[in-house]
Amino acid sequence: MQKISRRDFLKSLGIGTAGVALFEGASAVPALAKENLPDFKLGPFKLKRTKETASVCAYCGCGCGIIVYSENNKVVFIEGDPDNPINEGALCPKGTTISDVSSFVDKKSHQRVPNRQRVTEVLYRAPGGSNWEVKDWDWAISEIAKRVKKTRDESFEEKDDKGVTVNRTQAIAHLGSATIDNEENYLMYKLMRSLGVINLDHCARL
Amino acid sequence: MTNHFVDYRNADVFLIIGANPAEAHPMAMRSIGMAKGKGAKIIVVDSRFTKTAAKADIYAPLRPGTDITFLYGIMNYAIQNNLYHHEYVVNYTNASYLVSPEYGFADGLFSGLAEKDGKLAYDSKKWDYQKEGENIKKDPTLQHPQCVFQILKKHVSRYDLKTVSQVTGTPEDVLREVCAAYCATGKPGKAGNVIYAMGITQHSYGSQNVRATAMLQLLLGNIGIPGGGVNAQRGKSNVQGCCDMGMLYHLLTGYLKCPDAPKHPTFKDYLKVETPKTSYWSNTPKFLISMLKAWYGEAATQENDFCYDWLPKLNGKDHSHMAIFADMAAEKVKGLFAWGQNPAVGGPQAAAERTALEKLDWMVYIDVFENETAAFWKRPGVNPANIKTEIFMLPAAFSYEKEATVTNSGRWVQFRWKAIEPPGKAKSDLWIADRIFKAIRQEYRAGGKFPAPILNMVWNYDLPGHDEPDLEKVATEVNGYTVADGKVLGTFANLKDDGSTACGVWIYCGYWAIDPKEEDPRLKVPAAQRRSREDKSGLGLYPKWTFSWPLNRRIVYNRCSADPAGRPWNPEKVLMAWDGTKWITNDVPDFKAKDPVTKEPVPPEKTANAPFIMLPEGQGRLFASGMKEGPLPEHYEPVESPVKNLISKQQNNPLAKRWKGEFAKLAETASKEFPYVATTHRLIEHYQTGTETRNSPWLVELMPEMFATISLTLAGRLGIKPGDEVIVSSARGEIKCKANVLPIVKPLRVNGSTIEIVALPWHWGYQGLAQGSIGNDLTPYIGDANTSIPEYKGFLCNIRKA
Repeated sequence: MQKISRRDFLKSLGIGTAGVALFEGASAVPALAKENLPDFKLGPFKLKRTKETASVCAYCGCGCGIIVYSENNKVVFIEGDPDNPINEGALCPKGTTISDVSSFVDKKSHQRVPNRQRVTEVLYRAPGGSNWEVKDWDWAISEIAKRVKKTRDESFEEKDDKGVTVNRTQAIAHLGSATIDNEENYLMYKLMRSLGVINLDHCARL
Repeated sequence: MTNHFVDYRNADVFLIIGANPAEAHPMAMRSIGMAKGKGAKIIVVDSRFTKTAAKADIYAPLRPGTDITFLYGIMNYAIQNNLYHHEYVVNYTNASYLVSPEYGFADGLFSGLAEKDGKLAYDSKKWDYQKEGENIKKDPTLQHPQCVFQILKKHVSRYDLKTVSQVTGTPEDVLREVCAAYCATGKPGKAGNVIYAMGITQHSYGSQNVRATAMLQLLLGNIGIPGGGVNAQRGKSNVQGCCDMGMLYHLLTGYLKCPDAPKHPTFKDYLKVETPKTSYWSNTPKFLISMLKAWYGEAATQENDFCYDWLPKLNGKDHSHMAIFADMAAEKVKGLFAWGQNPAVGGPQAAAERTALEKLDWMVYIDVFENETAAFWKRPGVNPANIKTEIFMLPAAFSYEKEATVTNSGRWVQFRWKAIEPPGKAKSDLWIADRIFKAIRQEYRAGGKFPAPILNMVWNYDLPGHDEPDLEKVATEVNGYTVADGKVLGTFANLKDDGSTACGVWIYCGYWAIDPKEEDPRLKVPAAQRRSREDKSGLGLYPKWTFSWPLNRRIVYNRCSADPAGRPWNPEKVLMAWDGTKWITNDVPDFKAKDPVTKEPVPPEKTANAPFIMLPEGQGRLFASGMKEGPLPEHYEPVESPVKNLISKQQNNPLAKRWKGEFAKLAETASKEFPYVATTHRLIEHYQTGTETRNSPWLVELMPEMFATISLTLAGRLGIKPGDEVIVSSARGEIKCKANVLPIVKPLRVNGSTIEIVALPWHWGYQGLAQGSIGNDLTPYIGDANTSIPEYKGFLCNIRKA
């Protein structure tokens, strides 16, 4: 089988990482008849310069298509993907406001501002501490690896009381996640099972 | 889901029980509405008059926890009035199978219940089929008193409409209307669609509730057909995919069983126990060995059992969510990875789970917002100085700030492209998992306990010049490839058990393959990235829109869409049809339509007796011996119930999962202290524990605060006015919130007494832009016997003015 990488394929179409079928001219709204158009002068089409990216809503299990319009690495607008057979352009209140997780229109300034609630730093809380401390990725990842190794090595069971090889630890648990993508879950799963984790679950159980 | 969302448009009648798509799955409701526009009928069964119920032709209120009784009422009506799909039942289910004479049922219990090591368990051998040599004894006339059909007929005969009404509280005339409307789909050519969600599953007998929906659909011939099916609507964008990847303690990838020391001490034992002689699971060795090759690469050889012993083995015990928190409270669990999860709000008896978190040595928390779990150490009422847990909070990218696939409830694996970079230092979960693994591997290079599975795990996802791991490499491994040349596999039919193929998740085989026969250059992409609206059948199958596992099959068990001779039950909606010489296949066949070697068409009579290819018997199970609490569902009361069981002396599911100490706080039956039935539910404006939506200003403005909904009668009796502050309490604790007084909740008449219902959303907590009480502080620590899902729907509470 000939293997074309996705990146090569999209490059050949000249649309970067945008959705493949979007430039077929599909539209979420049927064209208005000319006589029905309002008689005031239309302003500039704000989405004209934006990049369109096909995505899938992050909320319920329907899998509705969304189109993310972005400019200068900022989300400008999100609407339902008219090509996706599930929702055909429509969205619910959660899907409609899904841009809020990144940025939203501030009521006072009418400008789009970043969602300041987002966690944007690596944070650490020491035992008994009363605050988060800002740390860097390298420090956090290497400290996490040390904690994992210590807990795993102190609790590791190579054989059970019947002499069966079990190679497990019961002192580490993992929860998650149905909000995370397949390939990410696959790596998380390999990571946990490689450590011998059996306390492993996610919210499908709930 | 056996079917998928777009297929809802093909339904004739919907039975929506324990689901509220208008709020929880709004775009599913869109398809339901489109079917209604074409004449479909909608039946909604719910303890609340939901927004979905507002669009129903028939609304049937029922008391939380009485779904089996309700569904048995319909089945009994279908059998008594001869409305079931006789030809389907005879040919495609196990109705004709003879069951062991040792099978018995009395006083709400099946034969074979015994106590062992202080625990109750059934000996399911008592429920085996009768055999003659290797063959199961059958009676196609369905008359033999020991055949499944007669056993079922007798079992459900106790659920006449009068009795059903007394248990469920549904008025008898409404029940009759539901039965007539839904049993109309037992006619060949008619499609009845059962939709359920957490209202069915979150009970101490939730799995048996699900069984009851499947049995009803089998009786009426509604599985494997367009517009039909048993359709479980998943609550999160990738619950389906996350389960497919194996993220549940008892599973490996693709629903292979996780090795369990008592059952599978060796590789040989595993293959022996988990490989049935018939059904598609007879290929288990190919799936498992290909997974082991994907994981351990060259280290996995025939001689060392492909490193089977490197996989951790379970200890025969429960390691699900509730068990994990009980072990955490007992200080057995010391470290926790909480990855996009919020048990501090979402877990049962959530206050006790928050306390359990304090016992951890360390927690790694990964999410987009700082939710209640991340902030448990500074929650109201605690002193951070007393909490010794060390916490690492890692900022994650949101869905459109990274690229990968997600799988919806209908098994569609859809690719989402990356629109923008994540803010600040946030990273994709792929990057985070990759870095954590590499750092741990670095630690083990210097030695440590049993480092082999860590040092040898295939982990080669670097993309030169890029910070992010190479998604294509991960996807190729998930999809599967031939070891010799790395060629991407198109189908799991090509997986081998000799180590020559590697495949991370066998059911995803083909999702990353490019169809060699495809001519349109825009569709010469990995299957999960396809975006074609081609739909030649007109059934909304959209075969070239992304990929649907398994094998791009859109409706599973589709052999059942045609009669044994291959004639479609509904000639207007053809999935599969035998034209005399070959099969016309509008979907990917879920049976042998062509001989894999000769490529010759296989005539219909050869596949008519085994349309359910995942089951060893090949036929749908009206009677299932694999269930923990019996081969047939039986009505039990929720563990906390306002009434005694009217059907039998057995009050509760004898095998319901229970925990001890702090986690054993329960109200007694017909408690005077907690006289009302509580149930939890969702709202359209919020998502799960609210981590994202309570940090979204628009949604917070739409739905700002926590409330409890009660009926006009209860409000009148307690002097509660709409908007008053109330205290809702249960045996686990109490919460304060606003009262919502609306006739969407009404008292039910249950066996002569009046039962009031208190409905609680559970989207709030002490973090985010909108804060409020945690509904799950009231829910009980009780689990389903088969799956350990908590009994959130139906427990006892009290309510008073604050």
